[in-house]
Amino acid sequence: MGLRRFFDRIEPNFERGGKWERLFPMYEMVESFLFTPKTVTTAAPHARSYIDMKRIMTYVVLATVPCILFGLYNVGFQINTALQTHDATGWRAGLIAAWGIGFDPDNVLGNMAHGLLYFLPIYVTTLVVGGFWEVLFATIRRHEVNEGFLVTSMLFALILPPNVPLWQVALGISFGVVIGKEVFGGTGKNFLNPALTGRAFLYFAYPAYMSGDTVWTPVDGFSGATMLSVSASDGYQQLLAHGVTWSDAFLGFMQGSIGETSALACLIGLTFLLITRIANWRMVVGCLGGTIAFSLLLNAIGSDTNPMFAMPWYWHIVMGGYAFGLAFMVTEPVSGAHTNLGRFIYGALIGFMVVMIRVLNPAFPEGMMLAILFGNVFAPLIDHFVVQANIKRRMRRHVRAA
Amino acid sequence: MDGLISLAVKAIFVENLALSFFLGMCTFIAVSKKISTAIGLGISVMIVQAITVPANNLILTYVLAPGALAWAGFPEVDLTFLGLISYIGVIAALVQILEMVLDKYFPPLYNALGVFLPLITVNCAILGGSLFMVERDYNFAESMTYGLSSGFGWALAITAMAGVREKLKYADIPDGLQGLGITFITAGLMALAFMSFSGVRL
Repeated sequence: MGLRRFFDRIEPNFERGGKWERLFPMYEMVESFLFTPKTVTTAAPHARSYIDMKRIMTYVVLATVPCILFGLYNVGFQINTALQTHDATGWRAGLIAAWGIGFDPDNVLGNMAHGLLYFLPIYVTTLVVGGFWEVLFATIRRHEVNEGFLVTSMLFALILPPNVPLWQVALGISFGVVIGKEVFGGTGKNFLNPALTGRAFLYFAYPAYMSGDTVWTPVDGFSGATMLSVSASDGYQQLLAHGVTWSDAFLGFMQGSIGETSALACLIGLTFLLITRIANWRMVVGCLGGTIAFSLLLNAIGSDTNPMFAMPWYWHIVMGGYAFGLAFMVTEPVSGAHTNLGRFIYGALIGFMVVMIRVLNPAFPEGMMLAILFGNVFAPLIDHFVVQANIKRRMRRHVRAA
Repeated sequence: MDGLISLAVKAIFVENLALSFFLGMCTFIAVSKKISTAIGLGISVMIVQAITVPANNLILTYVLAPGALAWAGFPEVDLTFLGLISYIGVIAALVQILEMVLDKYFPPLYNALGVFLPLITVNCAILGGSLFMVERDYNFAESMTYGLSSGFGWALAITAMAGVREKLKYADIPDGLQGLGITFITAGLMALAFMSFSGVRL
C-alpha cells in the first residue's frame, strides 16, 4: 500500500501545528474519498452501525446511475430524432460528426455519446463551482468537506434541462450550496434540499431558460413541449396524438430534464434505496397516497375549463419530475420529517401539493420541485406536533397506571 | 359562498401577508423562536385581524366613505382623509382589550408575548389587512372572511417559521449570520417555497 504510506507521511503537515494546517479539510476530503476513515470514537457512547455518512452518500449516488444512463440516452435520442428534420449546429454536433458517430436515433451508443456531450459540461461545472464553495467554507469554518456534496451536485445536474447555459448552472449550484446549505453549517444542518433550492432559484430568476417548449431539446428551431404542458393545454387524452403512450412516459421517451424523464430508472434507484434502508418507505407511501387521493378527488369534481382535472393519478406519477423527486428528494432524510408518523404526513403533504400545483396553478406546469420545498418548510412543524401528541398520550397512560 | 371560500384560500396561501407581502416582519422574526409562543401570537393576530377588518369596514361604509354620512343628513361629506387614523385607533383599542383579557385569563401566554402584544397595534400586517380591505372594496361579509383568513395565513407562516427555527437550533451558523441574519435568510427561503401558490387563480 504505497499510497497509504504516502498519505501517512504527508498527514502531519496538515494536522494542527503543521505547515499546511489550513488545508486540512482538503487533505481529509481526498483521504476519506480513497480510504475508510481511520478516526474512531474514543469516548462513550459507542454505537455500532454498518452504515456511515460516506456509505449513505455513495449509495445515493449509485442509485442515480440508472437515471444518468437513461438520461444520457434520452437526451441524445431526442436530439437525434429532432435532427432528422432540422439542421445540426454547434460544437457538439460538430464533434459527433467529426468522430463519425452520426445522428441516427436508433443507434443507442451514438445517442448516449451525444447526450454525454450535453450532460458532462453541466456536471463538470456543477462539481467545479459547487466544490469551490464547499472547500472554501470547509477551509474557513474548519469542518470536513462532506460526501453529501457529491449527492447534491449529481441531483442538481440531473434536474436541469439539457439546454441550460453553463453560467446559470454555476449560479444555481452556488445559490444551492451557499444559501441552501453552507450558511446553516453544512450537510445535515440545512432545512431545505440544497439541489432543489438551487433549481428553484434558477426557475424564478431565469424562467425562459427553465421552462417552455424550446429548452428540453437543444436543437435550433425545434420546439417540443413537455408532457405536462401538453396535458395542461389540451388534456392528457391528447398525449397519444403527440405519440406518447403511458408506457413511453413510464420508460421515459419524452421531453424533460436530463435525468428525470424515466420513471422506471427512478424506480430502480428507489428500490435500491429502500432495500438499503436509506430511503424511508413511509415517506414514499405517504407521497403516493397523497397524490392518488387528491387526484381521484379532482377527477370526481371535474372541470369544463381545466383539462388537468381529469388527469388520472397513474399519469401524474410518470410525468415530469415526480418519480425522480419521489425517489431522491422526498426521501432525503435531512430535510424531511424525522418521526415515523410525521413521515407519512410529510409525504402526503408533498403528494397533495404536487397535484395542487399541477392542476390548480396555471403559472407552473410542473409542481414536484416546489411541492418538496413546501414540504421541507413544514417538516419541522409536523414533527413538533407528532412529538407533542406522543407526550400527551404517554402522560394520560401514566396517569391511568398511577 | 364560493366567492368567500376562494377569498379565504387566496388570503391564506396565495397572498400570505407574511410570506408574499412581507408584512408584520418585526414580530414575525422576533417572536418565532418557540413554536408555542408563535402559536399564541398567531392566534392573537388572527383574533385582532378578524375583529378589526370588519369593524373598520363598518366605519368606512357608515362614516368615512363619500356620502356615507347620508343617514345623519350630510350626504356631501367625504371623510376618507380620516381613514388611517380611525383604523389605527380601532386597532389600538382592540389590542388594549385583548391584552387585558389575556392578562386575566391566560397569564402564561401574556408573559410569553411580553412587549410584542401591545406591539400588535403597530403590526403592519394588521393595518395592512384593513387597508387591503379599503383598496379592494370588500363588503362586510368579505371583510370578515378576509380578516379571519389573512390572520390565519400569518399565524400559519409564523408557526412554520418557529418550527424551522427550532430545527435550526442544531445548525452550525457562521458567527456573522447568527440571530437576525439567518432568520431573514430563512424567511426568504420560506417565501421561495410559498411561491408554489403564486399564480393560483380562484
